[in-house]
Order: sequence, then structure tokens, then C-alpha cells
Amino acid sequence: MLIILLGSGKGIENSVHRNFESRAINSIQMWPGQTSVAYKGNKTGRNIRYDNEDFDFIKNHMKGIEYGSGRYYIDGNSIVAYKKEYASMDLRAVHPDFPHIEILDILSGRFFNRFDLEQYSKVVVLSQKAKDQLFNKEEAIGKYVTVTGVPFEVIGVFNPKNDRDKDSKMLYMPISTAQRVFSGANQLHNIAVTTGASSVEESKTIHENLKKLMAQRHHYDVNDTKAINSYNALEDFEKVTTVFRGIRYFMWVIGLGTIIAGIVGVSNIMIVVVKERTKEIGIRKALGATPWAIISLILQESIFITAVAGYVGMVLGIGLLEIISRSIKTDFFINPEADMSVTISATILLIVAGAVAGFIPARRAAGIRPVEALKDE
Amino acid sequence: MIKLINLHKSYGIGSTSLHVLKGLDLHIETGELVSIMGASGSGKSTLLNIVGILDAYDKGEFYLDGRIIRHLNETQSAKLRNQYIGFVFQSFNLISFKNAVENVALPLYYQKVGRRKRNTMAMEYLDMMGLKDWAEHLPSELSGGQKQRLAIARAMISKPKIILADEPTGALDSATSKEVMEIFKDINATGITVIIVTHENDIAANTRRIIRLKDGMIEHDNMTPDMLQKQHDTLYIPQPN
Repeated sequence: MLIILLGSGKGIENSVHRNFESRAINSIQMWPGQTSVAYKGNKTGRNIRYDNEDFDFIKNHMKGIEYGSGRYYIDGNSIVAYKKEYASMDLRAVHPDFPHIEILDILSGRFFNRFDLEQYSKVVVLSQKAKDQLFNKEEAIGKYVTVTGVPFEVIGVFNPKNDRDKDSKMLYMPISTAQRVFSGANQLHNIAVTTGASSVEESKTIHENLKKLMAQRHHYDVNDTKAINSYNALEDFEKVTTVFRGIRYFMWVIGLGTIIAGIVGVSNIMIVVVKERTKEIGIRKALGATPWAIISLILQESIFITAVAGYVGMVLGIGLLEIISRSIKTDFFINPEADMSVTISATILLIVAGAVAGFIPARRAAGIRPVEALKDE
Repeated sequence: MIKLINLHKSYGIGSTSLHVLKGLDLHIETGELVSIMGASGSGKSTLLNIVGILDAYDKGEFYLDGRIIRHLNETQSAKLRNQYIGFVFQSFNLISFKNAVENVALPLYYQKVGRRKRNTMAMEYLDMMGLKDWAEHLPSELSGGQKQRLAIARAMISKPKIILADEPTGALDSATSKEVMEIFKDINATGITVIIVTHENDIAANTRRIIRLKDGMIEHDNMTPDMLQKQHDTLYIPQPN
């Protein structure tokens, strides 16, 4: 039971971790909304827009920020073509820090850097799926594709860490280039930052500071919750971790509970066994068995029973987990397993349990008086 | 070897207390062959239990081979028993799920003797009792006489100084009883003190000294002090200094 419970807990935990892996754990995302409160002469219903200045200010002046990237979504008919192949895909314009925020596996080539940004280079990075569709088996790096008719050089191919996005066709380009080519002026649809090695408390402070900053720069009430949408991944992660710790403790408690029930059971049986073997124990004592010899006799038996039964239970539990993990392939239950350390501590626990179970029966056995035992008929 | 002075033993407490041994005095030398007789309730089993360090006594003194036996804990009693005393019981008291060799070897196990040596010695003693062919058999496959011989082999294997037998022939027919008594006599001839509790006169007649108990005291001892002295002189072997 213990194994199954612990394994299941780990399975759910693993899936949640997997979900978190795709994004930098220490990231804070924010995107603008609409004001809902009149403030300093400004009406409600005003659309807030972020811009490059916001981003630069944050990057240069906010304390505790490690990486940052804005995002600009290119609207319209987003056709990307290479020679005779073409595909429609998501076009995203970001800053060079972006791979640190949404984790990307760069498969070949590189992501664009500060120079590309400053030079307004016409370069793109394609997702594996996009590259396959346009280039097939051909090498893509160094070739030119057209994005809505405008030629761009492919400098890298990536795969997103996020399982859900793995099958989608995506393209990233420097935000400066996008703003110039696609007349986005200097608008940013979203700003995301990472907080480096800050603690959860520190990241919460940074989060608050960012919200205050945006309220200030865009002249809306800092308490207007509709004017800004934001998300602190670290805070979320901490909540989830705490929940799982709680779940794990709970599982242990239940598992221990079942073990205790087992101990009581074995103990009961041993008491009966001792009673049945009273005569034999009396004979042994008459022949020179010390109390310790009798105790170890009983303990050996109870430890043996507990260890064997426990081991069988453990093997069955692990087997059951294996079967479950093979037949259920949902996102919520990945790799349920109990790792080695759990298994070893469970085994030790079993041996100790056996000793505890045998303790009272053993004491009873040692206390048997040979005179009375031998009179037993 | 065994000296009992003013021995008292009661069972139970308070109003239900039964005073079984009432100031018993007894002196048994090394190498004697003694039977203790008495009616039911005369205290003979109690006496045997005390001498066998299976039970404690209330008042008086008990010396075993010159050592006072008093206030011993379980571990000490067990060790002394293993060293000095071999038991033979009326109902044999063999361990039913162990075979003959294992039963005989058991006292050696508690002397911490190694497995191979234990079994070799056990076979020796089985042979002495004529039971070599039955070594692998369980007690349930043996006759009464064989079982008792097995029990005697077990009692002997720890090389005790004293053999205590409680109604050893009680469950045996007369022919087998005779055999068993012969074995006891042979054992005694090697210098081991043999004390037999019995209620049968025929059995007691095989022993040199007969002690009758009544109401927790010695009623009759067929050896007078003179005879005891004579026995002492023949039995007493000077110890090298």
C-alpha cells in the first residue's frame, strides 16, 4: 500500500513538474488589460499598451531582474514560404533573452542576439515542425525564407520544451525587426522577466514593484486589477510544491498506518504461536535456554514473517504501479515510481516493524516458567 | 553434591497458600543412586523442581556442588542447569517437530557448540542408547521405550553431574521399565548422581537409597548415618589439589 501511494504521489508530482519545466520557474509574466477604475482624470475602459520604453526601463532599472523579453504578436496572414513549400504558422517577435524564459531546445544553429536586435537583422528561428514542413530533409540554416513576402535568413532550429507546443509550427524573430517590418511601432504585447536566484518572497516583491511601475507609467490606479494581467511562476511553483509535500506526508501517514495494522496482526499471531509452543519453550528452558535465547527465537520468526510478507507486498506494489503507468498515459500521471531510497527505507522499516511486532510475544515467551510449562498437557 | 538445609516452599499467597515443603533437610553425595518416594502431594515433584533449579524456594539453604543456589536470575539458572543437570520426564517432553538427532543435540545448542560437533556427539549418544538407526526419525515414530532412551541420551549429552528423573517409567510397560532402570544404573556407575522420583516400589528397589517424603518432610531414609558414612568412603574420590 505504501509503495502504491508513494508511487502515485510521485507520478502526479512528476507530471506537474513536467508542466513547469517548459517555462522558467522564476519567471514573471505580465500583459496589459483595460482600466476599470477612473484615475487622475483618465476614464475607465482605456486600453493599456506596453512599449519598448517600458521594457528598457524594466531591464535597466528594476532590481533583481536577470533576463527579460517582450513579445510582439504579428497579426494577419502569417504565411512563411521556402521555394515551392509554404505554411501558415505563429509568428512571434521577442527579445534575445527569450529562450531563458520559455525554455527552447536549440537543435541547430543559434537564437538571435543583441546585435541582431540592434541591427534589425532579418533573421528567424524555426520550430522543428516548421522546418520539416518547409525544408523536408534539407539543411535549413543559412537559407532564406519569405515571411509574408519579406525574405529572412534562417539561423536556427528549435524544439519547445512544452509538450503541447511540440507539434506546432512556430517562428521567432527579433522584436526590433518585427516592429519595423510589420509597422508595430514600438508596441509590446507582453513583457516577461526572470528573477534569477531570488527567493519566493523576493520574487513577490519584484512582482509588486513591476505592477506599481506599470501603474505609474501608464497612469492608472495601482489597485485596478483589470488594467494588468500578471503571473508569478515562482509563487505558483511554491504553492504546488507545498501541496505536494503535504500530499507526500499524507501518503506516508496512510502507508505507515497500514504497516502498523500489519504489525498488530503479526503480533497477534505470534502471541497465539507462543501459547501453542509453551511446552516446547519450557523444555528448551529446562535444557538451558536463557531468556535471551527464547526472545531471539521468537523475534527471528516475527521478523522473518514481516520481512517476507512485506517484501512480497512491496514487489506487488511496484508491479502494480508499472502496470498502471503503462495503461494510463495521461498528462496527469507521469512515471509513477518509488525511487531507490524509498524502497530501502521501506525495507528497513519492515524489519523494525517485525521486531516491534515480535517484542511483546517474545517477552511473554521468555517469562514462561518451565515448571508450569512442562506440566502443561 | 546436593545439600538441603531447612528447606521451605509454599505455593500461592495469603489465604490460599499451600505450604508444601516444611523444613526439609537432605544430603546427597556425588555418585549416589537415590529414589524419592511419597504419596501425591507429599512434595516430591516440588523437591525435584527446586533441586533442578527450575523453581525457587522460600526459606532455608540449597547448595549444589558447594555453591549456594539463591536469588539466581533466569540466565544464571539456565546456565547452571545446562552445566550440571540432565532431566528425564515421565511424558518424555521431546520436541515433536525435530528428529531424534536434533532433539538429543539441543542442550549442546544452548552450550553454544557448533553444528557439526553437536550432531557428531548426538550420534554418539544415540548409538550408546542403541538408537543409531532411528536418528532421522521423529519422536512420533518411536515407541515409548525408545522415546525415553532418546530423552536419556539428551539428558546425558551435556555431561551433567546429576540426572533428575521424574517418574521415568510411568508411561512404560514393565519390560521396558526394567531396561530403562538398567540404563540408569549404568549411568550411575560412571559416577553421575542419579535421583529418581517414583511411586512404584519395584522401581525404587533398583536404587541403593530410598527416601520417603510425607507432608513435606523426610519420613524415612533407608540409609542410617553409619551406612551413609560407609557409602561416603566408597564413593568419595579424593580431588587432586
